[in-house]
Amino acid sequence: MTNATAKIFDTVIVGGGLMGSSTALQLALAGQRVVVLEKDHPGRHASGSNAGGLRRLNRHPAEIPLAVAAAEMWRNIAALVDSDCDVKLCGQVRVAESTADLEMLQKRVALVRSLGYEHEQLIDRDQLYRLVPTLAPHCLGALYAAGDGFARPYHTLTAFRRKAESLGVVFHSGHRVQALEQLAAGWRVVTEHGGFTGRTLVNAAGAWADRICALLDEPVPMTVGAPMMMVTERLPHFLDLVVGAASRMLSFKQMQNGTVLIGGAHLAAHDMAHETTAIDFTKLRESARTVRALFPHMKSVRIVRAWAGLEAFMPDRLPVISESARAPGVFHAFGFSAHGFQLAPIIGRILAEHITGRPGPLRLEAFRIERFNTTNAIAESQ
Amino acid sequence: MSKSARLAVIGAGPAGLSAATLAAELGLDVVLIDEQASPGGQIYRALAEAPAKRIDLLGDDYRRGRALLRALHTSGAEYWPDTSVWSLDQNRTLGILRAGRAAMLQFEQVIIAGGAMERPVPFPGWTLPGVMNLGAAQILLKSAGVVPAGGTVIAGVGPLLLLVARQYLRAGVAVKAVLEISPRSNMLRAAPHLLRATAGGSYLRRGVKYTADIMRAGVPIHYGVSRLRAHGDRHIESVEFASHGWRGRCDRMLATDSLLVHFGVTPRTSLVCAAGGRLAWDTSLQCWRTQVDQWGNTSVDGIAVAGDAAGIGGAISAEHSGRLAALAAASSLGHITAAERDRLSHADIAWRRKDLRIRPFLNALYRIPPEFLVPDDATIVCRCEEITAGQIRAAVREGHTDPNQVKFLLRCGMGPCQGRQCASSVAHIVSATRQIPAAACAPFRVRPPISPLSIEQLAELSMADE
Ligand SMILES: Cc1cc2nc3c(=O)[nH]c(=O)nc-3n(C[C@H](O)[C@H](O)[C@H](O)COP(=O)(O)OP(=O)(O)OC[C@H]3O[C@@H](n4cnc5c(N)ncnc54)[C@H](O)[C@@H]3O)c2cc1C
Ligand SMILES: Cc1cc2nc3c(=O)[nH]c(=O)nc-3n(C[C@H](O)[C@H](O)[C@H](O)COP(=O)(O)OP(=O)(O)OC[C@H]3O[C@@H](n4cnc5c(N)ncnc54)[C@H](O)[C@@H]3O)c2cc1C
Repeated sequence: MTNATAKIFDTVIVGGGLMGSSTALQLALAGQRVVVLEKDHPGRHASGSNAGGLRRLNRHPAEIPLAVAAAEMWRNIAALVDSDCDVKLCGQVRVAESTADLEMLQKRVALVRSLGYEHEQLIDRDQLYRLVPTLAPHCLGALYAAGDGFARPYHTLTAFRRKAESLGVVFHSGHRVQALEQLAAGWRVVTEHGGFTGRTLVNAAGAWADRICALLDEPVPMTVGAPMMMVTERLPHFLDLVVGAASRMLSFKQMQNGTVLIGGAHLAAHDMAHETTAIDFTKLRESARTVRALFPHMKSVRIVRAWAGLEAFMPDRLPVISESARAPGVFHAFGFSAHGFQLAPIIGRILAEHITGRPGPLRLEAFRIERFNTTNAIAESQ
Repeated sequence: MSKSARLAVIGAGPAGLSAATLAAELGLDVVLIDEQASPGGQIYRALAEAPAKRIDLLGDDYRRGRALLRALHTSGAEYWPDTSVWSLDQNRTLGILRAGRAAMLQFEQVIIAGGAMERPVPFPGWTLPGVMNLGAAQILLKSAGVVPAGGTVIAGVGPLLLLVARQYLRAGVAVKAVLEISPRSNMLRAAPHLLRATAGGSYLRRGVKYTADIMRAGVPIHYGVSRLRAHGDRHIESVEFASHGWRGRCDRMLATDSLLVHFGVTPRTSLVCAAGGRLAWDTSLQCWRTQVDQWGNTSVDGIAVAGDAAGIGGAISAEHSGRLAALAAASSLGHITAAERDRLSHADIAWRRKDLRIRPFLNALYRIPPEFLVPDDATIVCRCEEITAGQIRAAVREGHTDPNQVKFLLRCGMGPCQGRQCASSVAHIVSATRQIPAAACAPFRVRPPISPLSIEQLAELSMADE
């Protein structure tokens, strides 16, 4: 076998994050030959550094069907990737600290019910404190999703990668896609280590996805943000659920090893030229104040590490999951706006279904790239 | 504390003391920050308070330190003791913690003079209570006069073994043996550097004298020690090792409830890394160090490193490099011209060059043999997360081919020590497993805070502009 034939695939995927890996896995299950090109190493960016939250709770209505379908897959994730990804389906709550919060949550439950879903319910004060006994005493109730939880991100990514590899998917680390050449039937994807040819091209380039779009002459109003996280020293077990708040930016959970992972989507400074982030302690201070208010017993607990990950955001905070409007044979999956981890298993399945020409029942209208009247949207964002 | 000075010097060892002193003398607004209660750094620790008797015990070094302290006091530099720096970014904003209060302050120039740390070398049993770093033990001796009551065994590599053995003997502590692990083959490696080394000054003469003193006291010194192992249930009870004399290998076992180990020192790099500064793998030191130019400038604008934090040179070189960094900072801030900087630096450059001549010889002589760099599968490498060398090898074989991937997967390097204890071991294991040079591995990315901060301290963080 010559080098040239070795580089011909059914699908070439740009990006070895969870979206790229999940798509690769599903395509391989459908019998395709797939290569994943990753400029760093799989999971180096958002997919390896996120909070691992598996949340249907409080999703945008358009995303609920996807999140619900994804939750189904997470419940039995070992059947897909031969590893449980350290999934813990312990439930998530979103606490109300005022009557205004409570009203907001009531409206939310009504909305979810009207769409025909039952996964979110309102719980009262007593139920809340039974679930989260260490919570500060001022809370009034909460929105609760029993089957939500969390997993370990890099383990998950690794499980998806290894399963895909076992089915013949090729992952190339250190391969930065620099140019795209359209062929009579398909694409030639150019890296510094040579070209890779495929009938189909998938753009799963995370915070760099707009650059791939630019190569396709299909501009999108995507921006990059770097959500921050911090983690504490190990503590004796005190919390089962993932805790958020109705009117504060918080995600708070105790991991299997006793450390507490604190997020809240406050953004770090970032530098796309060097692909680095710099922690903004003014904003992390907000997270610390939130934690102090909701879990006063945490005051003297030590934070051992803070970090941030580069993530793609769309103006409407909904991802682009779409066939390209300009370039034939190109599929996009990006712009997950800091909540893509939970969706990853279903995104891979949906893309594989569309790529192999067997679309399933989930509707993607809300995620089409055409929803941005591209020229207008970009002009507005400037 | 909210006053914003133009130059911050982090670390009040010989490098930081001389940097701050010279910079203040040149008219810069300087703050010297150190987490210790008193100035002096590692070598002149607790110098100001040490009683005369202990100073005698510790030798001439302390007198040189006293001179540095006097110069600082008259220079006009501001000095903040008991203040630790827990973060530094590329805009030269420092996160500091002082009397339990955290604050962020921005400076125009920063000189990091944070010194070195003892090289962590994992071997079977190294995590048992009773096994302690020699440097930490020396700190107890220097600052509180505390010594191991039941005697001790001293193992590892380099001149500090002899120095501390001698200090202990003088303090009346039973030293049961000194175990030097550098193999005889190191002498062959070191020989070519010997000529330059003898020109390097008094170091070698001191080494010879210390050895003679220790042997005269009847303490056995074993050379070429391998298979070092600490045994014990909940505490060390004995140490096992093989010594390699001219007559071949000999396995030994010594009963002891104290084992002090020291494998040389490596530069502390976490602040530079936190600021995004570039590191380079130093094949001679067998660890990472900061990439610097002759002034100590790092790859980050306005951030320099001086002293052992930049690369191991010892206390005298540290003074010179501190002064060079101060000159560069003064010229960057426009207090002196570049020509003045160059003129004023001649003597320090020449002295430092002379002082550093011994280093290639010492690095070769005290090179850590592979057996100790790349531990066997069962040995714990990351103490915080209790990860073994075997787990790291397995991760590499599964395709996690870079230290940061290994860290993502196994959490080694994610504990409270922030990887300071396992970073170079992980690099050595990765490089040995993949059969690539350690220089081809990427260092752990450092995540602030580089030392832990409580939720309350962060919640009360004060900002320079508030
Ligand atoms: C701190 C943080 C916390 C989060 N918490 C949660 C959470 O709790 N729950 C949740 O559901 N979601 C969460 N998210 C969001 C989630 O992590 C992301 O939406 C998801 O991981 C996106 O996956 P991805 O594969 O699209 O992107 P990535 O993981 O970023 O992968 C994209 C990959 O493409 C590669 N690439 C880019 N350009 C090129 C090129 N030209 N050539 C080759 N390779 C290229 C990149 O190197 C990168 O590895 C969080 C995100 C962050 C940053
Ligand atoms: C454990 C140990 C024992 C040694 N013993 C001897 C000896 O006996 N004789 C000898 O000749 N040499 C000895 N050395 C070597 C000698 O200490 C160095 O060559 C010399 O001290 C280097 O000077 P320096 O100014 O670069 O750093 P140091 O003297 O180490 O000074 C660094 C200072 O920076 C401070 N610091 C570091 N990080 C921070 C931070 N984040 N925030 C605030 N402050 C910070 C430290 O507290 C310290 O005071 C020893 C080294 C070590 C590590």
